[in-house]
Amino acid sequence: MEKTGIKVINDESSAEAVAKLRAMDEAGNVTWDLVDVVAADAIRLCDEGLAMEIDHDEVLAKAPDGTPASKDFGDLIVSQCFIPQIVYSTTFGYRTDLVGDKKPTSVCAVFDTKTWPGKRSLEKRPINNMEWALICDGVAKDEVYDVLATPEGQERALKKLDTIKDDVIWWSAGADTPQLLADGEIVMGSTYNGRLFSVIEEQKQPVAMLWDAQVFDLDGWIVPAGLSPERKARVMDYLKFATDTQRLADQAKYISYGPARKSSAPLVGKHADLGIDMAPHMPTDPNNAKNTFLYNYEFWADYRDDIDAKFQAWLAK
Amino acid sequence: MSKSKQKPIVASQQQIAGSGAFFAGLFGFLFGMTQEMPLIGIAGGIVAGAIVAFLASKYIPTKRLAQLMSVILGGLLGYVQSQVTGAIVGAVFGWTFMWFVYWVATGEYRRRLPSYATPWQVIWHHSFVVLCWAIFLFLITPIIVVMPLSFNAENFFTFTPEMLNFDPAGYSLKHYQDFLTNSDWQSALKNSFLIAPVATLISVSLGTLAAIGLSQPFVPFRRAIMAILISPMIMPLIISAAGMYFFYSRVGLQGTYLGVVLAHAALGIPFVIITVTATLIGFDRSLTRAAASLGANPITTFFRVQMPLILPGVVSGGLFAFITSFDEVVVVLFVGSAGQKTLPWQMFTGLREQISPTILAVATILVALSILMLTTLELLRRRSEKLRGMTPAKSAVKQTAEWRMSVAGGKP
Repeated sequence: MEKTGIKVINDESSAEAVAKLRAMDEAGNVTWDLVDVVAADAIRLCDEGLAMEIDHDEVLAKAPDGTPASKDFGDLIVSQCFIPQIVYSTTFGYRTDLVGDKKPTSVCAVFDTKTWPGKRSLEKRPINNMEWALICDGVAKDEVYDVLATPEGQERALKKLDTIKDDVIWWSAGADTPQLLADGEIVMGSTYNGRLFSVIEEQKQPVAMLWDAQVFDLDGWIVPAGLSPERKARVMDYLKFATDTQRLADQAKYISYGPARKSSAPLVGKHADLGIDMAPHMPTDPNNAKNTFLYNYEFWADYRDDIDAKFQAWLAK
Repeated sequence: MSKSKQKPIVASQQQIAGSGAFFAGLFGFLFGMTQEMPLIGIAGGIVAGAIVAFLASKYIPTKRLAQLMSVILGGLLGYVQSQVTGAIVGAVFGWTFMWFVYWVATGEYRRRLPSYATPWQVIWHHSFVVLCWAIFLFLITPIIVVMPLSFNAENFFTFTPEMLNFDPAGYSLKHYQDFLTNSDWQSALKNSFLIAPVATLISVSLGTLAAIGLSQPFVPFRRAIMAILISPMIMPLIISAAGMYFFYSRVGLQGTYLGVVLAHAALGIPFVIITVTATLIGFDRSLTRAAASLGANPITTFFRVQMPLILPGVVSGGLFAFITSFDEVVVVLFVGSAGQKTLPWQMFTGLREQISPTILAVATILVALSILMLTTLELLRRRSEKLRGMTPAKSAVKQTAEWRMSVAGGKP
């Protein structure tokens, strides 16, 4: 980091952050100062006492107009331990040259193998897939979680997924779907919107976005609990800088993820290399956000274990 | 066999047509698979192969002319099907097809076999050779296929149409450039070259000493000690890694260079012990006694008499220890922290997080490096043997391989 001369070392294992932090805590040797996690993991780590509670107004910078941080981030502070950075979404991309003349416009295209034959890729977990399945099975959007809370509703979602099971390639890393799309191995697939942006704009692949029923999620920082005062001071200093209004807006120069601060939105500019306007590529852009979900943290915290087990059993069938 | 002489055709017309049908049918099947109609491929291949083979043997005077025509025909058909790539595949097929037909037609296929071999023995002999080559290809293909992909101009693991048509625009060195300029990859490379040699040095010194000690007949509990020392090799890596993680965390070694070096040394020691023990079996103990009788102390004896003789075992053990550390990803993920990220670790995360062909570029460089290293070692070994006037002994690598097999069989 140039401003302070502190060397930042990155350990790209955020995907296993929860398991790793648990192990570090058990071994009494936490080597991370700051961890980037998705909101659901932050909530879990906070509940387990592995992440430190933060006073957002005290630790983080104010917006340029003086709005305190807690107001500037607003509802996105989904846990007292969580410092949101970006809003991203899980959505679909499709091969423009493989779908034929009729371009898909609805998420239900994924379940329509008659009109759009070929393989699809879906994430190897129930979250998002179950919601999409229910919507395309005729459940109204605001009833999805009521239905999914019942065993019958879960059955119904799996039954809908069953209709395309043979056509699905399951992914577990965000890079899988871009690779499969570039290969022409699949006609459409879900992944994070920033990955699709990179495939389309940076790699110039014949792929287009299907924003319909995209699911918003948050990504941000947590500070592991129990750091020494000296490490903590260093981390807080870094956090204050890295999450201020300008820094969050700057991150959008590289990938199409929306900054978590309201005050950053007007500052989003052009892509660093390509020079294209980034605003129309943000998942939160009004044109893209006609039909959206927000990841339902409460629901999945309560039902995840149960539905996970059913989903895995269904997968293995 | 001189090229000017034309071998007479000895096989019957049915045999010739049959051989053509067999070979083209096989190819037709493979080609049909890519077009998702294998049965049509087989049928087409058999019919066309039989006719072409029959006509060629009857009306084309020489084998070379037949091959030339077949190459041109195959190339043209391939070009029509899929441009440059198709032309190359077609030409290669045409050449091998005619070679096969004449190989059968001229009786060449029986040349190396005794005349009393039955047809089944002949078939078995050739199937065996084919099988051996198939196994070899099965082992080598995944490594080979990586190399052209590493020159991909795209950021994906994909053979693009430009690449398949040998269009220069489809190739680039950008992934090599990325490897050489990206700070993540450079620090990983530096870490690997920092950790592996030190770990190797420790494994070789400790492993050699242990092997020499354990080869003394009067040491008590030799087998038990040997089994314990070799256990890191037999134990599932993930278990050693998890155990090391908790142990090293308590004593403050987790996340330090020393910790990773020690962990890798522990993994490398068994290889050194095994290879050195193997060379010690052929070591004549009276030599050390002779040295002692001439007044040499044990240390001088070791460095002047014993060490030079067991050197091949020590070197190959060291080589395996080095490669163990250099290739290792599981233990370093546990014992290291982000500051000790090694090449395999960086490849592992790179593969999971971004699937970038930079990994393929690194893999290609590493394969080239290992080939270079092994070749140099083998040449050095031969040279030193020549200098000492020894008969070429078994290569160290071969010995190690044998020992690894005997260990797998439960006899350490």
